[in-house]
Amino acid sequence: MPNQGNLSRRQFLATTAFGTAAAATGSIAMPSVLRAQGAPVKLGVLHPVTGALSYSGQQGRLGATLAIDEINGAGGIKGLGKIDAVLGDAQSTPDGGTAEVEKMNSAGVSCIVGGYASNICLATTQAAARYELPYVVDVGVADGIVTRGLKNTFRFGPGFGVISKTALANLASINDQAGKPAKTVMIVHEDSLFGSGLAKLLNAQLPQQGFEILETIPHPTPTRDFNNVVLKIKAQNPDLVIPANYYNEYVLLARTMQQQQVKPKGIYSVLGGAASSYKFVKEFPEAARYIMDCNHWFDPRNEKAQALKKKVEGKDQFFTYEVYMNYSCVYLIADALERAASADRDKLTAALASSTFSGHLMPYGPTKFVNGQNEGAAPVNTQVLDNDIKVVLPTSFANAKPVFPRPA
Amino acid sequence: MLSPAILIPAILNGLLIGAIYALVALGLTLIYGVLHIINFAHGALLSVALFAAFFAFRLLGLDPYVAVFLIAPVFFALGYLLQRFIIGPASHGDDRNMLLVTLGIAVVIENALLYAFRADTRTIDLPYAFQTIDIGSTLLAIPRVVGFVAAFAVAFALWLLMTFTDIGRAVRAVAKEKLGAELAGIDVSHIYAVTFGLGTACVAIAACLLIPTYYVNPTVGDAFVLVAFTIVVLGGMGSVPGALIGALLIGVAESLSGLFLGESLGQIGIFLIFIVVLLVRPRGLFGARA
Repeated sequence: MPNQGNLSRRQFLATTAFGTAAAATGSIAMPSVLRAQGAPVKLGVLHPVTGALSYSGQQGRLGATLAIDEINGAGGIKGLGKIDAVLGDAQSTPDGGTAEVEKMNSAGVSCIVGGYASNICLATTQAAARYELPYVVDVGVADGIVTRGLKNTFRFGPGFGVISKTALANLASINDQAGKPAKTVMIVHEDSLFGSGLAKLLNAQLPQQGFEILETIPHPTPTRDFNNVVLKIKAQNPDLVIPANYYNEYVLLARTMQQQQVKPKGIYSVLGGAASSYKFVKEFPEAARYIMDCNHWFDPRNEKAQALKKKVEGKDQFFTYEVYMNYSCVYLIADALERAASADRDKLTAALASSTFSGHLMPYGPTKFVNGQNEGAAPVNTQVLDNDIKVVLPTSFANAKPVFPRPA
Repeated sequence: MLSPAILIPAILNGLLIGAIYALVALGLTLIYGVLHIINFAHGALLSVALFAAFFAFRLLGLDPYVAVFLIAPVFFALGYLLQRFIIGPASHGDDRNMLLVTLGIAVVIENALLYAFRADTRTIDLPYAFQTIDIGSTLLAIPRVVGFVAAFAVAFALWLLMTFTDIGRAVRAVAKEKLGAELAGIDVSHIYAVTFGLGTACVAIAACLLIPTYYVNPTVGDAFVLVAFTIVVLGGMGSVPGALIGALLIGVAESLSGLFLGESLGQIGIFLIFIVVLLVRPRGLFGARA
């Protein structure tokens, strides 16, 4: 931040040169001018917008800034004024995220939203806790994020434990309703924390539900070629394939299966890297058809969600879960700020902890934070049907019925 | 697990991947054979070529199989200029300096790419990228088959060039006896640059054959060059047929070890072969006696 008292020659020239444009759009940050009008509420918006996770990070930033623009457009937060977004880039690493938290703290933010990946969120929430800085995790599903007793950390979305439990129960229920056509399973997972952890859990729990696991195949990220994996699947011909990997590998696996004409009765994923992605469905509709997923998703019956979907698609962007989860988190924070009637960190933390916020876009139960975790949060089951992604379970939010086993 | 229904496709896939490795290795072995330097910039140049093929498609709408006829000559010129005006002069005629200069070029190129395009992974989508040819029980991806045929065509063209043209004779003369070639009136620094250009053009062709089914980011070349170094050592430093056969062997070894040991350990097969060759036949399969 430049020295507020003395305007340097450069700052003066920049201000006069861009002054008109900035005043017209209101988009160019001019700290000295804004400060003079009274302090707006500063909100840290932290995502991995460069590096391996850049796509997800940019989507997350889009969701958060859309919400902030909407709130500011409607006059800001009642009694406190407009929100000033302090954007940060975690560079897809925990270290990058921690460095941004330090910067945001120095910049005097009241709260931070974001993080995206579990490993980044683990580091950034910890760093923010040192300054008693409220932190709302947008996605990061690792259960460890909210079990370390950090008072500043809140997660609006569901954690891994809840998601996997729901996924297994829903898989059993879909299979039962179809007359139990699926008996054998193969798991293809990436070999880091996320994929291996999920594979271990599935190996422990699927046999209890009556499934036989034929083989569990790990692979690194990135993987150059899925031909061997698909050959193994082809040879053993399982009823169900469960992939647990990130977007690029998920797409490559699905396309290679299509290429090698491997068609199991179903592809069912848990937090599938691409299974609930409009990008995947649009670019490779054949490979995506009938894929099922248990993942974060918006409430398809919510009118505000549909309006936001139109708005995002109008910007030529895909309406991914990062967008609406961040959007909802910003509104959660705005609601807490309004009730706290202060940008003070302690008051905001207390307001978040007692939140019963309902103006979000998610298919969740009533908002209630217990040790920082929103107990109302839940994943849903989606399926790629008619070149679209439909919610098939739970029935209270569903807009389609599951198609299983996949038609020949 | 050992059923031919898996084994045969796995071996065929390995051969097809090996052909792409061969193209990268051909460039490397050619440069080593003549200039006696290990070109550390090879991987970085592959990354640049992949970016070139990517943007040729994205910006100009050129299919990679068409773009290759544009990109390969451009990369020949790039390689020629690099050797003639940077690596040659900067090394003052010392081979060890050349090695360090190529390493420096690699660092500069990779970071320039990182600065310009960030670490994002990019792909292009072509309608034929995932189409297959059905031969019996095996489905072969069309881009891989194209790559296989093209690799052999390039190797054959290179062999023709080296055997039947004046340039080829000059290159071989310089490789064998630099001083003698110079005394016979061959412009050695021109031949050095031509060789470097040819090696770089091979990388450009490999890039155009890879991009339909592969991705590009600033460090993507490294993975291939590590494999290519292994191939060059396996086949014999400086040997063109050695690079070709070595690459196919390595492709199959990678595919089979991926199948039996799991994808995470697929590379183990490659480096086991590498170590065994170094121990048993250090000059490589087709290498000349030192």
